[in-house]
Amino acid sequence: MPDIDTIADELAAELKKHQADYLEARLEEGQTSHIAYRGKELDSIGRSTSVGGNVRALVNGGWGFTSFNNLDGLSDRITQAIEQAKSAGSGKSHLASVEPVTDNVPTGIDVNPVTIPLVEKKQLLDEYNEIIWSTPRIQTSNIGYSDSRKKVIFLNSSGSHITQERADVNLRLAAIAAKDGEVQQVGLSLGSRGNIGAIQGLHDKVRDMSQNAVNMLTAPQARGGEYTIVLDPVLAGVFVHEAFGHLSESDFVYENEQMKKIMTLGKQFGGKHLNIIDSAAVPPGLRGSYKYDDEGTLALKTYLIREGELVGRLHSLETAAKMNEKPTGNARAISYRYPPIVRMTNTYIEPGETTFEDMIADIKEGIYAKNWYGGTTSMEMFTFSAGEAYMIRNGKIAEALRPVVLTGNVFATLQNIDAIGDDLDMNEGGGCGKGEQMPLPVSNGSPHIRIQKCLIGGS
Amino acid sequence: MEHILEKARKAADEAEVFEVSSEETQVRFEANKLKQLQTKQQTSVALRIIKGGKTGYATSTEIGDGTELVNNAIETAEFGTTAAFKLPESTKYPVVDIFDDAVNSVSIGEMVELGEKMIATITGHTPKIICEAAVGRGVITVSIINSRGGQAKYSKSFFGMDIEGSLIEETDMLFVGESENSCHPLSDTSMVTAEVLRQLDLAKNRATAPSKSLPVVFTPNGIASGLMLPLMSAFNGKTVLEGASPVGSKQGQLVFDKQFSLYDNPTIGYRPGSRPCDDEGVGSQRTTLIKEGIIADFLYDLQTATLAGKQSTGNGSRSRGGLPSPSASALTIAPGNTAFDDMIKDIKEGLLIDYLMGASQGNVLGGDFSGNVLLGYKIENGEIVGRVKDTMVSGNIYKALKNITAIGTEARWVGSSLHTPPIYLPGIAVASQG
Repeated sequence: MPDIDTIADELAAELKKHQADYLEARLEEGQTSHIAYRGKELDSIGRSTSVGGNVRALVNGGWGFTSFNNLDGLSDRITQAIEQAKSAGSGKSHLASVEPVTDNVPTGIDVNPVTIPLVEKKQLLDEYNEIIWSTPRIQTSNIGYSDSRKKVIFLNSSGSHITQERADVNLRLAAIAAKDGEVQQVGLSLGSRGNIGAIQGLHDKVRDMSQNAVNMLTAPQARGGEYTIVLDPVLAGVFVHEAFGHLSESDFVYENEQMKKIMTLGKQFGGKHLNIIDSAAVPPGLRGSYKYDDEGTLALKTYLIREGELVGRLHSLETAAKMNEKPTGNARAISYRYPPIVRMTNTYIEPGETTFEDMIADIKEGIYAKNWYGGTTSMEMFTFSAGEAYMIRNGKIAEALRPVVLTGNVFATLQNIDAIGDDLDMNEGGGCGKGEQMPLPVSNGSPHIRIQKCLIGGS
Repeated sequence: MEHILEKARKAADEAEVFEVSSEETQVRFEANKLKQLQTKQQTSVALRIIKGGKTGYATSTEIGDGTELVNNAIETAEFGTTAAFKLPESTKYPVVDIFDDAVNSVSIGEMVELGEKMIATITGHTPKIICEAAVGRGVITVSIINSRGGQAKYSKSFFGMDIEGSLIEETDMLFVGESENSCHPLSDTSMVTAEVLRQLDLAKNRATAPSKSLPVVFTPNGIASGLMLPLMSAFNGKTVLEGASPVGSKQGQLVFDKQFSLYDNPTIGYRPGSRPCDDEGVGSQRTTLIKEGIIADFLYDLQTATLAGKQSTGNGSRSRGGLPSPSASALTIAPGNTAFDDMIKDIKEGLLIDYLMGASQGNVLGGDFSGNVLLGYKIENGEIVGRVKDTMVSGNIYKALKNITAIGTEARWVGSSLHTPPIYLPGIAVASQG
């Protein structure tokens, strides 16, 4: 492996020689390991290592970006990125300035998960898989484990030189039950910023998950239509990420006058009880956490909605400058192969005061939707799916339903949140996708929330 | 590559080295303006070994002397999957034309012009629309060698253009878009822009859908976004082997409507999904999955095929640098004999669906699809009257595709992986907030 520290030192000097409105480079080296099961059989096990980098240049408002695995001839890469930026640019460059930083940020964990022998990780997964398979009527299982550790060195033409290391652990389990041609599955996904402990000791949860998949076989499907729904913290976390979080990403807004009108600061998006935050800085140690983003900007805690009012949004250096706001440290890239774009980190609804019992007490007929299966948004419309669902009847959780898909208008739905629980919980199993960059480690969270008039798909 | 194979052979019983390298250049437009030029150079090498009957696997971006790669593969082989398969020996591959050197000589300036032309056409039609567009070209080279004498090497050129437009009024949003790609350079933007203009014209007026079962026509984009994932999962040999495919035990049985036929075909000339062999060096072939409603075959890689007592169909694919796994290369739904216009004329009240958002979130394995109609239109008395919103459709492919009213005559490519005509279904559950 080439020594990226030495290369970075040489590259830092090179960056200063070249002429552009702004220049940056990232060098990255990392290792990953993965173990996957399909059914009882191990499907794939492997290790990988990678080294690569990129150079990004800004000239007259146009960007040039070049990424590579081959770290020879970096001076030519810089020239290439600048030439590209010149060809793309025809206006004025806008970029918020941040003070140059020299820093070295370690992973913050004691044990690099990648170096843990595969035999130990496999042993744990074998235990989980045995639990799934010991559940009657389980047809098959799916397990995917992966971990990574990477070191990223960031350099820019203002003189920043930041070395950050991070580790990541991700586990997804699914139990698939089948009977008479019916197939149902329930999944579990977890993660951590490198701490392997986050995926240990899940035996009871895996047992419940498997039983839920079997129960689903005989569960009825919800009737399609509008319901009062209660979301558990996992699903409400997906909701806040998908339905509101993406709207807060300023790259969707900064060059779009109509979007600016929708996302005017001060506008009321929900009730007084609604507070939404994105923060890579606080709490620390979550999967979306970091000290500096991929443009070398210090991460902040950003209130997006405070007391129902739009008060902030997520920025890169360019979107901040163009909107005349402060950078928030939300420019992220999944790897050296991509330029940084505006992304979420740890996004959550602040807890309120309603207990779960009070929240469902006055619901005559509603749906309690739990657990995450997937979600996507078009800005205006969202659709996401629950891994588990139950009818709520006369204030009590009643029969189990087949998994439900919820959809709605983002703006109407935020206004329709009429109760926020007191039980914030963060979920670290997700990976966010935007454009061609996925999965990006993020976390989402919320207390239980209640939404009036939400559309459920069904027969 | 040879030195890695040599080193691996000394440490293992069998070995295979897979190398892929690519260079691509792209021009990107944001908010109707040229924003970024980018180039990406990427190389990766994967080593698969068989030692003591088990598979070991490692990948790297660094070829170096191969020591780390071999060591990593050896560690994983200790716990690896039992290797049921044999690596292919030297094979004669079909001739599949997928390289056009002309792609490399398209200048950045010409690519910028194509992007500008797409944007000018669309903003000329709808001045308030904001477009993102990209035009890209590149070459990917794949090399495979193994310890049984098998070897394959090919280069593929690709050229693509895509555009997405958003039209926002208050909080009302409309998203339109289309893409086209080929192994040849593309110089005509009219296919892409005509489709986007069609979407804009149809979406101009608004209509409301009732909440009930309605006849629905899925356009090619609608089929790709709404119906394909459950099909691809069901015909994956691995799903079948596990007993999790609803059609796994139904080979030779009529499961779908007689009008419905589905093939996988990676041998079509100059298509980005085509190739002479798969990622294990097994020759490409046309595989019939559904013939006139009857389940014909499934997609296999070497390992899955051996375990299932079948032959690999040449569908071993290594997405994201992993071990080969069965995957479709280029699916084709056979055209029918009803013109699209006649389908619309036939419907008294129904929907035309161009894009279903989030349809793959439900129980895909069981065949369910359920999504928000992000781009879709109401049909009334044989005419498309306007765009519907706040509308969700749900169904199950095993029920929906068992009874098809008609399949269209006009098939086309959606992205690089699906060639399909529109499909007209008699009754799909619609839930709407009107």
